[in-house]
Amino acid sequence: MARVVFPEHLLQHTGGTREIEVHASNYRGVVRAVDKQWPGIEQVLIKSAVAIDGQIYQDAWLEPIREDSEIFFMQRIEGG
Amino acid sequence: MAEARDYRAIGTRPVRPDGVDKVTGRANFGADMTLPNMIHGKVLRSPHAHARIKSIDASRALRLPGVYAVISGADFPSGAEGEISGEGGGTVSDLAKNIMARDKALYHGHAVAAVAAKTAFLAESALELIDVDYEVLPPVLDVDTAMADGAPLVDEHQRTGGGQGDAPSNIAAITKFERGDPEAGFAAADVVVEGAYRVPTAHQGYIEPHACTATLDEEGRATVWCCTQGHFDVRSMTAGVLGKSVGEIKVVPSEIGGGFGGKTVIYLEPLAVKLSELTGRPVKMVMSREEVFRATGPTSASHCRVKVGAKRDGTITAATAWLAYEAGAFPGAPVGPGCMSVFAPYDLDNFRIEGFDVLVNKPKAAAYRAPGAPQSLHAMESTIDELARKLGMDPIDLRLANCADEGTHAPYGPTFPAIGIKKCLEAAKVHPNYTTPKADGTGRGIAAGFWFNIGMQSSAEVRLSEDGTVTVMEGSPDIGGSRASMCLMAAETLGVPYNIVRAHVGDTESTGFCNVTGGSRTTFATGLAVVQACEDIIAECKQRAAMTWDIDADQVDWTDGEAVPKPGVNIDVAPLSLADIAGNAGRTGGPILGRASLNAQGAGASFSVNFADVTVDRETGKVDVLNFTAIQDAGTAIHPAYVEGQMQGGAVQGLGWALNEEYIYDDNGVMENAGFLDYRVPVASDMPMIDTQIIEVPNPSHPYGVRGVGETPIVAPLAVASNAVSDALGFRISDLPLSPPSVLAAIDGHDEA
Amino acid sequence: MSKVHVVTNVNGEPREMLCEPQQSLLEVLRDELGMTGTKEGCATGDCGACSVMLNGRLVCSCLTLGVEAEDADITTIEGIAEGSQLHPVQRKFLEHAALQCGICTPGFIVATKALLDRNPNPDETTIRYWLAGNLCRCTGYDKIIRAVQDAATELAHEA
Repeated sequence: MARVVFPEHLLQHTGGTREIEVHASNYRGVVRAVDKQWPGIEQVLIKSAVAIDGQIYQDAWLEPIREDSEIFFMQRIEGG
Repeated sequence: MAEARDYRAIGTRPVRPDGVDKVTGRANFGADMTLPNMIHGKVLRSPHAHARIKSIDASRALRLPGVYAVISGADFPSGAEGEISGEGGGTVSDLAKNIMARDKALYHGHAVAAVAAKTAFLAESALELIDVDYEVLPPVLDVDTAMADGAPLVDEHQRTGGGQGDAPSNIAAITKFERGDPEAGFAAADVVVEGAYRVPTAHQGYIEPHACTATLDEEGRATVWCCTQGHFDVRSMTAGVLGKSVGEIKVVPSEIGGGFGGKTVIYLEPLAVKLSELTGRPVKMVMSREEVFRATGPTSASHCRVKVGAKRDGTITAATAWLAYEAGAFPGAPVGPGCMSVFAPYDLDNFRIEGFDVLVNKPKAAAYRAPGAPQSLHAMESTIDELARKLGMDPIDLRLANCADEGTHAPYGPTFPAIGIKKCLEAAKVHPNYTTPKADGTGRGIAAGFWFNIGMQSSAEVRLSEDGTVTVMEGSPDIGGSRASMCLMAAETLGVPYNIVRAHVGDTESTGFCNVTGGSRTTFATGLAVVQACEDIIAECKQRAAMTWDIDADQVDWTDGEAVPKPGVNIDVAPLSLADIAGNAGRTGGPILGRASLNAQGAGASFSVNFADVTVDRETGKVDVLNFTAIQDAGTAIHPAYVEGQMQGGAVQGLGWALNEEYIYDDNGVMENAGFLDYRVPVASDMPMIDTQIIEVPNPSHPYGVRGVGETPIVAPLAVASNAVSDALGFRISDLPLSPPSVLAAIDGHDEA
Repeated sequence: MSKVHVVTNVNGEPREMLCEPQQSLLEVLRDELGMTGTKEGCATGDCGACSVMLNGRLVCSCLTLGVEAEDADITTIEGIAEGSQLHPVQRKFLEHAALQCGICTPGFIVATKALLDRNPNPDETTIRYWLAGNLCRCTGYDKIIRAVQDAATELAHEA
């Protein structure tokens, strides 16, 4: 099961849940699984960046997820 | 996985392809555009920091001969939707209201109307004939006041976090990060240090004011020439504000005279297009320096509180940060990245970070080089310095005892891959400038810096001319030598000399989409596209060679810029060079071009360590920087001279912010120093040489190991200055700038205490 | 206000133009003569991007009136190279990567040439103070100073 971690700014959408485990083979599957649990959260998640096993993605989509992956949603970073 | 290795082109220091144009005055910047029949636009700006606009009457201005049009907020569509890129970019709706005020003027200098006239001088004269009736409202000018109960509201509709239920507030958003148990961590600490730190509003200070020229074709499609960090983003933002589709606008980037984040957003372009629509003539708009200061993106002033606890041996047991950043008149202070940066150089088990995005009646904050990080890391690195003093530890040893490394769970979430903070600290420790004891009467300061770096979308096309010369087309405005880096990466990949490669920045219709030149992404992401486009060329060249030799393409190698049969392929042929293949392209299938488009992921985090020695004149409060050393992990330095240039330029920008630069406001919210004489950026005689040491910990996500380098350099110098001045004085001054009047006041206050 | 007829000499070439009395030399060069190599960064004499030589003196063209150009000899950035032959100061700025965005570069090159014309062997402090009227926001000045030092050395060898 991949570990999905929500930062503080997403807790209002997860009812305070900080961490869940999901089965998914790619990132899109993760988002679908999370949205199934909290319908509507997908719209927030697609505006977030995500770190998958330490690698930061601004726009993840079909990135593969391992059984022991860590998926960490985070604010988008752009910069000057 | 990129590893340090020997390159032929990468790591050399050739002259940039656009260099001659830039030393002879031929290069065309934003204000250099002229079109036949062109007229000029100027903006009327609010004389009040906060006022309701009751009416605007332009009839007197329009009666002036040579005045062709006047526009105001009512001329723009309401209800613009969508979000825009850029740190603190926010929504199109806010962008539209920032470009032209609607019912309220929200800061001194906020645009309320614009005029098009025959000459710039006439347009300026006409501004005085526009009658605006204001109801002046009390302004709110700093985070502490804005967050207090009963503060005047910048926006009566603003609620924290965009919710509907709560009362209106100047706090637009709250960001939180937490891990472990900070209270238990502090309880386990032998030493606890805390402090409050204020950093003033500062401006990016690019030397070229914003400028654009707009014209319309017969079908009503607009073409905009402008100086920008990202013309594709100018296109979408302009379209958003005007309610057009992006297909109706073409944006041609000029050369850009500095941006540092401030030219990732727009101010003039929709106004110029609108005035051009109304007059049927090309309209040019150029800001004055005063307008640049009053109305374009400064960065956020901030109030930060940081508390750190540690064991006697230096192990940090807990840390907390409370960060309040001024957003200006619209939400979007870079406090999110401020929160994510504040503890980034460290491996911490227990921490809490709270950030507040706070509205005040000042210009809307725009991105400024590592947006949000200089403020929060100034607070953290000052606190770490105090902790080192209390523990009696060398500040580098204290940082080494706690620094993040590969595998560290970053405070903002993910696990770090290979990063360079430890190597930077180790390099600092043995650097001759550090091992040399500081001179009597001087102070030494050291601090670490950090920036995430980003990837995002880029495209590139590489074309072979019939003689084998190479043209790179890309869409990232070259703000500091990136054409040279693109040419070096193309030359390296193709195995050809640098001087047969030329890079060009195409407009929105002649090259593929590229996000802004910002976030330290260009050499990484657009560079990646250039490398992949060159690999596309190589694949095609191998195909053509195979065709020529009657073998399969997979029997061909590409070595040193030539196609050769793979070892073991038994044919007797001479290698085919790029020029050979290009010259014969007509017979083998036509012109050869390679292309790539991508959304680059895996920009490697960038760390730095800086230190400096200073003297403080106790009679005048003046701080002199005697030497400055910048050490930074660049991944791989493609063009080391431009990497050093980023480090040196960022160091001096950071020192300017630390030592002198600040927006000074009167009680009514009027900036009192809106010019380079009084808003004093560093000049040559203020600064020493800036020593640099590039550390190369290759980024595993780039074929040549590139990390972005542009933003990190500005982060550490703020705390370096604070720590060095505190060391020289023997007591700490927490707030910036360390300008002569404030240093003198601190010395007087300390002497009295 | 009627325009003023001005006869002047720019980069060794006689030029005539009609100036508004309030127009700065910078505006006249850029808008009337189409010589946009000279840049405006502030229009208040604080940034030096508009530096030109007027009768052998380094001036901010934004603080000089166009009508003051009457009978004057003006040298702008466009007049520093000889044809396609770059002046050593220009070449050294390129070799040392002494420019990033390039907007301040014309002013720095004109100011540097003015310095080296009168003082062929300036020390670092002299260079820093001479160029203190030219703002650069990109480079931190380090590479600019080194380029000027190197240009001085080369010019001394040529002399």
